[in-house]
Amino acid sequence: MNRALPWAIFAALALVPLLSALGVIPGGYLPLLLGRVMVFALAAMSLDFILGIGGLVSFGHAAPLAIGAYAVAILDANNVQDALVVIPVAVLAAGLFALATGAVALRTRGVNFIMITLAFAQMVYFAAGSLADYGGDDGYTLYSRTTLAGWKVFDGRAFYLTALITLFLAWLFLRMLAASRFGRTLAGIRQNRPRMAAMGFNAYAVELAALVIAAMIAAIAGVLLANEAEFVSPAYAGWARSGDLMVMVILGGVGSLHGAILGALLVVLAQEALGGLTSHWPLVFGPALVLAVLFLRHGIAGIGARRG
Amino acid sequence: MILLVVQTLNGFQLGMLLFLVAAGLTLVFGVMNFVNLAHGVQYMLGAYLGVTFAQMAGGFWAGLVLASLSAGLFGLALEWLIFRHLYGRSDLDQVLATFGVILTLNEGVRLIWGSAPLELAMPRLLSGSFALMEGLRYPVYRVAIAGLGLAVALLLAAGVHRTRAGMLIRAGASNRDMVSALGVDINRLFRLVFGIGAMLAGFAGVLAAPLISVEPGMGENVLILAFVVIVIGGIGSIRGAFAAAIIVGLVDTVGRGAITGLAHLMLTGPAAAKVGPALASMLIYLVMAAVLALRPAGLFPARA
Repeated sequence: MNRALPWAIFAALALVPLLSALGVIPGGYLPLLLGRVMVFALAAMSLDFILGIGGLVSFGHAAPLAIGAYAVAILDANNVQDALVVIPVAVLAAGLFALATGAVALRTRGVNFIMITLAFAQMVYFAAGSLADYGGDDGYTLYSRTTLAGWKVFDGRAFYLTALITLFLAWLFLRMLAASRFGRTLAGIRQNRPRMAAMGFNAYAVELAALVIAAMIAAIAGVLLANEAEFVSPAYAGWARSGDLMVMVILGGVGSLHGAILGALLVVLAQEALGGLTSHWPLVFGPALVLAVLFLRHGIAGIGARRG
Repeated sequence: MILLVVQTLNGFQLGMLLFLVAAGLTLVFGVMNFVNLAHGVQYMLGAYLGVTFAQMAGGFWAGLVLASLSAGLFGLALEWLIFRHLYGRSDLDQVLATFGVILTLNEGVRLIWGSAPLELAMPRLLSGSFALMEGLRYPVYRVAIAGLGLAVALLLAAGVHRTRAGMLIRAGASNRDMVSALGVDINRLFRLVFGIGAMLAGFAGVLAAPLISVEPGMGENVLILAFVVIVIGGIGSIRGAFAAAIIVGLVDTVGRGAITGLAHLMLTGPAAAKVGPALASMLIYLVMAAVLALRPAGLFPARA
């Protein structure tokens, strides 16, 4: 059942625009919301790769997301909207950021690593706020969405499909990576670092590479997010966003990759539903999170997996 | 020159506030290995309670005492209700649960006190200013904060290094299981540390309240700075937290001015005005990175 679950999720996501075109389910709002879910799922999935498989608890994964989004904004302000430029720039910038900060953060373990990644994300938050040309603290509204060699693949209904295809490809890629020699080594380091080091693996280099790959994927999610909202602001790098991504990973079940989609679905829908009921929705979401940590140990994707 | 003096004083005062928040955090990390993201909430709560109690009890000082004590009690209540169930759990669980607590309490504060920033009047005794040098007056209150912070730091250092409870705390930080095996109730010891830490954060919140606007979420900015302090100083070390708090305070104020000035020297025109602020806001994190690159365990690691 669990082997089929990710395929079932993607099939369901692919059916939504079809069904709404046929009028079976309401169009308009639901595909928009699911588009947003898939963007966050992409970021959460990349976090799950380092967190679940690599055991690297990064509390700063909103930073590469924001860097990707700001790449869109800064290029847009300079009248560059082609994805063939935007995406490489975003990916490269986030990768370099992860390389530099990861090189420092990986010198520490555990709690220190959590705090340092959080601090570096906060650095991005403040740096973004000081970009006066790109809106500063108020954020930046895009002139126009990104295009792919002239195609408007980030507009309207096409956005849903672009997000879905990107998410699917990322899932295939990360799944392949997790099963590869590199992924096995990474998982081995999580389980027993000294042993892997004794076997001759360079644990530091493997973990750093994982951080860079995850940041690059998060940057693509950032490009999508900027287009989805047509807006970019320092809050994208805020600690609450990093926390949200982590919650998605945990609720979905750590290390499963596809669980991140369920987690993102749950978090975005819960915030949307609670937000519609009361503006004080964190008063419900917060305690629910505490209770989930205390009592629900393996996430929603884990409920089936543990019994099977 | 005058600017430098003022910035140094401001930096020292910021450092003292940071130390008050970081002290509790570093001891809790040190003894229990517990990641308490919700520590910043105590700071926020201290500020809000300070405003309320000062209105009710009629005065800043009554507000300061009552709010610090209530913040401490509230911390103990949280510890009993939620945190004690998380001690054996992974870092990840602790981060998530305390993240949930932050979301809840920030919103709770918004519900009770509203989203609009509140203000707390300075005590009349300290609301004046004095002549620091010719043509420069400096507010008494900022000096008082630095003084109070320094006094608490000395008291805390004496408590940790000279008393029996302090000895046990230090022992707990270096080897918790051994202390426990020797017949010390480590959980009771920990509650003491936790309560004092929560109280100090609340105390810092009230002290800062007249200088800043009291608003929901104010705790997290301080919390992340306190993290930087702990990382630089070395986890579990009071001495490290003290040194690092002053470093971070000074770098953030003096360095900010220096970088902006330097940018204007090196670059001309609009480029300087752009690069300066961006670099200045990143400065303390770059300092943190530099320290970690040289000494991954911080300046004064508690564990050998």
